[in-house]
Amino acid sequence: MAYLKINHERITEEFAEELKKLCPFGAIEIGQDGKLNINSACRTCRLCVRRGPEGCIEYVEEETGGADLSQWHGTAVYIEHVGKQIMPVSFELLTKAKSFGGKVIALFISDTTEGIEELKKSDADEIHAYIAPDLKYFTVLPYAAVVEDFIKKTKPAAFMFGATSLGRSLAPRVAARFHTGMTADCTMLEMHEGETLVQIRPAFGGNIMARILTKRNRPQFCTVREKVFTADPPHESDHAELFMEEVPELPAASTVCGMEHKVPVENIANAERIIAVGRGLKKKEDIALLEDLAASIGAQIACTRPLVEQGWMPAYRQIGLSGRTVKPKLIIAFGISGAIQFVTGMKSSDLIVAVNSDPEAPIFETAHVGICADLYDIVPLLKEQFLEG
Amino acid sequence: MKILVCIKQVPASNQVRVDEETGVLIRDGVSAKMNPYDLFALEFALQLKERFSCEVDVLTMGPLQAKSVLNEAVYMGADRGVLLSDRKFAGADVIATSYTLAQGIKATGSYDLILCGKQTTDGDTGQVGPEMAEFLGVEHVSNVFEVLFVNEEKMLVKVNFEHHTYEQEIRYPCLLTIEKEANIPRLPSYKRKKQTTDDVISVLSLEDFTDKDPSHYGLNGSETSVERIFSPEKNDDRIMLSGEPSEQVQALYALLKERHVF
Repeated sequence: MAYLKINHERITEEFAEELKKLCPFGAIEIGQDGKLNINSACRTCRLCVRRGPEGCIEYVEEETGGADLSQWHGTAVYIEHVGKQIMPVSFELLTKAKSFGGKVIALFISDTTEGIEELKKSDADEIHAYIAPDLKYFTVLPYAAVVEDFIKKTKPAAFMFGATSLGRSLAPRVAARFHTGMTADCTMLEMHEGETLVQIRPAFGGNIMARILTKRNRPQFCTVREKVFTADPPHESDHAELFMEEVPELPAASTVCGMEHKVPVENIANAERIIAVGRGLKKKEDIALLEDLAASIGAQIACTRPLVEQGWMPAYRQIGLSGRTVKPKLIIAFGISGAIQFVTGMKSSDLIVAVNSDPEAPIFETAHVGICADLYDIVPLLKEQFLEG
Repeated sequence: MKILVCIKQVPASNQVRVDEETGVLIRDGVSAKMNPYDLFALEFALQLKERFSCEVDVLTMGPLQAKSVLNEAVYMGADRGVLLSDRKFAGADVIATSYTLAQGIKATGSYDLILCGKQTTDGDTGQVGPEMAEFLGVEHVSNVFEVLFVNEEKMLVKVNFEHHTYEQEIRYPCLLTIEKEANIPRLPSYKRKKQTTDDVISVLSLEDFTDKDPSHYGLNGSETSVERIFSPEKNDDRIMLSGEPSEQVQALYALLKERHVF
């Protein structure tokens, strides 16, 4: 149990005003009874405790019983696959899990054993496979029942899922079932003393990172996007031990009537060079200028969220927290301010060039090379230069 | 058929920074708007309402100011709005938020279909829908982008994954999260605004819930805690290219050649 306690006897009118102003979320208000209140807009940043007038608001923590944490060890990774093709994010997570030092436990759910041979050479120490015809397609209730059975058998301290459509649907469902914490889209993870997972992600919708802990229950659930971590190459011989698990009784669920593979589109996540553009672009037609530039060096076009929201660019070209994570050899960011949601999706790129007319734009803090200029001045000149060689 | 759409009020701007010297969070402006992704869930419901006799309610959790997003939803075509507001809900993480919403839904009525946006623009997680479905004991389908068939018992929907799509048949009651490709949301109607009376919005607090134990809500009911916040690391080792645009371009070209990036 933890809560913010207001020591009303210390609150003067002046202090009340100060606290109201201090709260970045507008969560501190004067209630109808004339007393200071913390409303549901509170995000527990505890700024009022640390920066407010001393002793006015306290953070009170009481120990309450949770799970017996000593029973939970190692890191589980959900292995996502389409047919026999295991998704790269699963291998990235297995390598990350190995770096934590404890046991790495892979959960594999399918209607066939295809894919397991490849998985044996991965960084998993154990593979727990649940194979049944009814598990051919992902539907949440049967899959959640399998994950529940797996957790009860293996008791992992942490459980990582790719932040894919499937991971973002299945992980929270099971986290709620175990009444434990769930942190989506972690950009960094640290394992402390082999059991406490520090989950780091941008928070509060702004240019701030938060270190998040799962307080009292286990497993500690998190999702991570593709390409945030790097997978080690496969082992030369089989590394993992395989456990064929008995599939528990599956709940009735909706039916999948048809599956259609998407026509592969250009995937900016695999691009070696990227020309990215943001709100500095004045009109949709000007995308053509950047396309020409991109074509001149064999780069792919990408963009920030506002351009997708305006309908100027398709969603698959979006970089960032709600788009894709990229790691090209070169990215040139034109007219992009550098909100953390964007930066998170490209900061591991080898060479980052930023072009922005605002010298104060945060993108320059991430860039290796900065040009303070209007993109409309730079783009045509740069294209010419590239073509001339 | 009864439909509930869960919506959220989010900051109109996401420009929050940390003051370098004091470490204090600075949020530019305090204006708020409806989470843009929720508009697609709402439109999804309103299109069903046009085809079937449906009631469409909207629900949100937040301070009293959050009523404005419920009003906006009513002006767009929703019938009734419910605000869950209580200081005991303060500081909720994903699980406490989901639990509060689930309790609020149980206190509000029984619904055949519950709809959520794909994610919010302030939290960006998209986790509340699935957790809420677990607490309500109903099946959920995330990332729905098209309805192929619908009647008063079931729906056939198209579901979006990274490399493929599904056609999935799901029976009510269920919860769906809706992708932005699903539709084009309508604008609020001025006529509806003029016709709307204050009583379409009701406010519920913890006292109205079945589970009144305050330790299950807000900060107490949260399973995650923020250990600390910090500014992202900066790269101070960067080259700024100066001069006229033509000089900057030449310098950049030379640098790119030197690094063999193309």
